[in-house]
Amino acid sequence: MENINAKYVSQKISKTRWCPVSYSSLQQPEVFATGSWDNEDNKVSIWSIGNHNNSGLEDGFEGDPQILCEHKHGGDVLDLQFLDQERMVSASSTGAVTIFRYHPNTHTISVLQHWARAHSYPCDNAPCTALVCSSPEIVTVGEDGRIVVFRADQEGAVRVIENADSSTIHAVTYLKTTEVLTVNSIGQLKLWDLRQQSSSPSQILSL
Amino acid sequence: MEEVDVEPTITNIPALRRGKHMGFAWGQGNIFVYETLFKATGATGSGSPFIHEVRKDEDIYSPILRKLFNESHHIFVGLQTIREDLPSKNKKPQFVSISKNYRSVIRACMEELQQVAVSTKNAEMSVQYGNQVSILLAIELIWNLCEVLFIDAAPAGSLLLHLLDWVRLHKADVDEKARDVLQSDSPAEHRDYWDVVVSYVLQGRLDEARQMLGKKATLTPAANNIFKMMDNLLSKMPFYNPGGTQTLTEFDVKWRHWHEEVDRCLQDNSFASNQHLEVLCKILLGDEDTLLEHKDLLGTWYHFLVSRLLFCHPTVKPTELHYYAQSCMTMFLDSRSAPEPLDSILLAAFEFDIHQVIKDCSIALNNWWFVAHLTDLLDHCKLLQSHNLHFGSNLREFLLLEYASGLFTHHSLWQLAVDYFDHCLEFGRVYLELQIERVPLDTERKALKVLRICEQRQMSEQVRSICKIMAMRALRNNRLGSALSWSIRAKDAAFATLISERFLQDYCAKGTFSDLDLIDNLGPAMLLSDRLTFLGKYREFHKLYGEKRFKEAAKLLLSLMTAKIAPRSFWMTLLTDALPLLEQKEVIFSADQTYELMFCLEELTSSLNTPSSDSDKSMQEEDVELTKVELLRLALSRNLAMAIVKEGTVET
Repeated sequence: MENINAKYVSQKISKTRWCPVSYSSLQQPEVFATGSWDNEDNKVSIWSIGNHNNSGLEDGFEGDPQILCEHKHGGDVLDLQFLDQERMVSASSTGAVTIFRYHPNTHTISVLQHWARAHSYPCDNAPCTALVCSSPEIVTVGEDGRIVVFRADQEGAVRVIENADSSTIHAVTYLKTTEVLTVNSIGQLKLWDLRQQSSSPSQILSL
Repeated sequence: MEEVDVEPTITNIPALRRGKHMGFAWGQGNIFVYETLFKATGATGSGSPFIHEVRKDEDIYSPILRKLFNESHHIFVGLQTIREDLPSKNKKPQFVSISKNYRSVIRACMEELQQVAVSTKNAEMSVQYGNQVSILLAIELIWNLCEVLFIDAAPAGSLLLHLLDWVRLHKADVDEKARDVLQSDSPAEHRDYWDVVVSYVLQGRLDEARQMLGKKATLTPAANNIFKMMDNLLSKMPFYNPGGTQTLTEFDVKWRHWHEEVDRCLQDNSFASNQHLEVLCKILLGDEDTLLEHKDLLGTWYHFLVSRLLFCHPTVKPTELHYYAQSCMTMFLDSRSAPEPLDSILLAAFEFDIHQVIKDCSIALNNWWFVAHLTDLLDHCKLLQSHNLHFGSNLREFLLLEYASGLFTHHSLWQLAVDYFDHCLEFGRVYLELQIERVPLDTERKALKVLRICEQRQMSEQVRSICKIMAMRALRNNRLGSALSWSIRAKDAAFATLISERFLQDYCAKGTFSDLDLIDNLGPAMLLSDRLTFLGKYREFHKLYGEKRFKEAAKLLLSLMTAKIAPRSFWMTLLTDALPLLEQKEVIFSADQTYELMFCLEELTSSLNTPSSDSDKSMQEEDVELTKVELLRLALSRNLAMAIVKEGTVET
């Protein structure tokens, strides 16, 4: 069995994502992002497993992940996706959706965009449970049963499908560039065609 | 009531003013204090409006120590799964290796804390980290000793070798000094040179001592003889080899020979010309006064103990240890200063009084981590007699429960505590049942995690309670579908009924169903409650009607009323729904069915006409009701007529 490295990092990690590398380079990705949950202060962090700092390591020894930078995050990180090589989006348990930018030269993270109440109830916060990106479009879903479409460069939401689901939507994914698939807590898959203006799914599949 | 073992410590609450009285309330692992309205004479000023939370255990909130808790949890779970059926002597190496694992975790934490303590700029934090480092050092020291004495339980001969290792591990400054000396231009003339040599000898590291001495020897060729003699003595000192063929008695004989030879050298004044070498010789003989002269090099009484045993009685038996320990401690420490907690704990360990060790550690430390894990390991080694404590469970379980309860108060570490409760056979489950309901559930994802824990352990009460909490929350936010799916998961019929009522009310208000995706796909969950079944079937009726499958729709509608699935309040609506079916050109309801419908109508109207029916209905409403009933009666009669004719006709 291959080497398995375990490292305790003093926080519960909810999501890890490899940072996408440019298509031209043939290397494996070396940098990954993590989001934490169930902490009083949650964080989004960037780690590296490259050996660029330690020239003394033997060949074939995968370095310990080293933390490069981190940024505080309000609420649990329920989902984390990379928009492109430098930008990542997080879904928070407070209902917020945030775009972070990682600056590899200075090893810092800054907040580019923050939609505080992307998902909410009339008088309470609703967690944003999942999101999926296809740059520059971001589709998010939450416990309020709403599907929201954002664009990375625009301030407000591009499209909101209210009451897309009567129960919590747990996950979303792209089927085609204009169609998304969501799944809810009672086990139904719903297919949505974003080109159409209707608020009902084009198909419902029961598991 | 029993006496307390130590005086309770006093904590001052800085914000509360003097002369005021404090009120308090216990929390989980903490205590809330506040100022009461009571005004003692002389107390001035307005009251403080704050509630203060006082916590005993700060350690679980330290990010670095958190790794200690996580890693040791991993080791703990591994320990519990060691198979019980192996004979104990096969298990001993496993237990020793587990003990070493625990210790390496402590060391790793200690190193990290040390790094942070040095690098932080905040002076207060630096002090705090420093304190934590010293506590961890002490813990590791105690654990190591317990491992040597209790778990490894080395017999005479190996015992001393293990104790030597123990001391060497905890006296790292010798290596630092040696490095300094060796890196200097002229090591043999460094001021710490002889300190290093003596320290090596005190720790039984004779090869390194000889190497060091060699450097001096080359510098002073005139004294070559005596240096050679010392080197000879050092090289000939016998060390017991547990894996070898030599028995303990043979070793003892050899050792005495060597001891006599050293004594002869001293009596002959062979080393009189060099006072350092003479001191070394006396140390080799185990002369107490000489050893005590080097208190600063020894540092601690237990180092003194081990060195003394090395040079006086290397075949010491475990049972003899405590005599030596007690006397060494008395000789080493000033009679004026009281022994520190660490000293009494180590002494109790040398006396093989495990319970005393655990008790003293519990008092001295503010966190149950150490005693809980150590006791658990010792219990697995079958070293603890089952002590029935006043509260029923045994010592191991008591400590684990205390530790895990402390973990449960932490916003994140509660998940670790679950495993600890699982392995407390007597009370663990009860504790878990009480604690798991108090985990705050902010997101559905966390609620599902908690639920899974409860479902895996068949804690149906807690499952129901958690689902109800989530369902109520969903209901409050008007997420009926979510609420319904939670109550279905909990198999909570009452709540499902409540939600179905809401759905039906919505339907009556709006005329259409909301959340059709949920109702259409209820499946077998429909049978959870009568109201829910009705809801599902009623929706099915609408679907059938929409698909123009009138006969089936009619049958369904009738069965809803006759099988008493429909609530009485809804019958009017159902009968009104039947109207369009009755008005169709084609006969849909058979004669029998029509009779049944009429029966239902009569039942309904008779109950409506009783004087107990609500009298606050306005005249208009009553009129509407009457008209509806009339229309129905008309439609039913017409249908009946057509049905009888149709059924009576013979097709030719």
